[in-house]
Amino acid sequence: MSVAVLAFPGSCDDRDALRAVALMGAEPVRVWHADSDLGGAGAVIVPGGFSYGDYLRPGALAALSPAMAAVRELAAAGGPVLGICNGFQVLTEAGLLPGVLRPNAHLQFRFQDVALRVQRESAWLPGVVAGDTLEIPVKHHDGCYFAAPAQLEELDAAGQVLLRYVHNPNGSVENIACVTNAAGNVAGLMPHPEHAVDPLLGSVDGRILLQGLLDQAVAVEAAI
Amino acid sequence: MKVTVTVRPRAGILDPQGEAVRRSLEGLGYAASDVRAGKVFDLDLDVGDAREAVRVAGRIAEQVLSNPLIEEFDVAAQEPVRL
Repeated sequence: MSVAVLAFPGSCDDRDALRAVALMGAEPVRVWHADSDLGGAGAVIVPGGFSYGDYLRPGALAALSPAMAAVRELAAAGGPVLGICNGFQVLTEAGLLPGVLRPNAHLQFRFQDVALRVQRESAWLPGVVAGDTLEIPVKHHDGCYFAAPAQLEELDAAGQVLLRYVHNPNGSVENIACVTNAAGNVAGLMPHPEHAVDPLLGSVDGRILLQGLLDQAVAVEAAI
Repeated sequence: MKVTVTVRPRAGILDPQGEAVRRSLEGLGYAASDVRAGKVFDLDLDVGDAREAVRVAGRIAEQVLSNPLIEEFDVAAQEPVRL
């Protein structure tokens, strides 16, 4: 199974994501933002960083790139797509995920481990159940998740909120840390699973989401 | 044809940047009860007339320059619009 990791000018977590994919036993494929295909990959990670210098709004210009057109196609075909940090911002700006990420409510950068409460069982979270807690680091200035009240009700009702912060680091509405699209195959979060894969650096809870990505890609491939 | 697009946070949306500016103004002794921070885009569009420029700028503002979840915009022609 190969996993595409997008790289925009200004991405900085693409290398860690590539390494994490390899650690998980899959084949990482780096896809430049100007490329219009994903090199045959069955899953995508849109990584963290500051694509296009965060000009206009974080993720807004990256959402218009050729590589994102290929990501849309894969997502429409049911392929799993994981957006991390800036990647989450890109996916919301691309309309592949609901809501938007705004500057942290306190206007300060946050760089710390955060505890995340699992809201429900999901293909993204193999082996964990509602109420479990994951520990994964965040590092961002624009991670305040926002969606209008009516949209939040829809997300709650449809089970699209996978993780909530135990202690909200950025002012996100309803402590939301991770959401999916309606179909469930696109997920985004501000915390960095790719930085939580090696016991040398602390938590390995990031492996859970990455395993979820791989499991779904295998399932989609088997169904074709 | 030159048009100006102004993007600002929607009413009711917390604007931390505007709030930080407001607090700084307070520190200088200015009594501002609210400050909202937005963005201004001056576009020079290759279209026939000002009316068309406003129409195209509106589409650009909706698709790219603003995020409708949190922002609103208005478009003003810098040359007279002939109706």
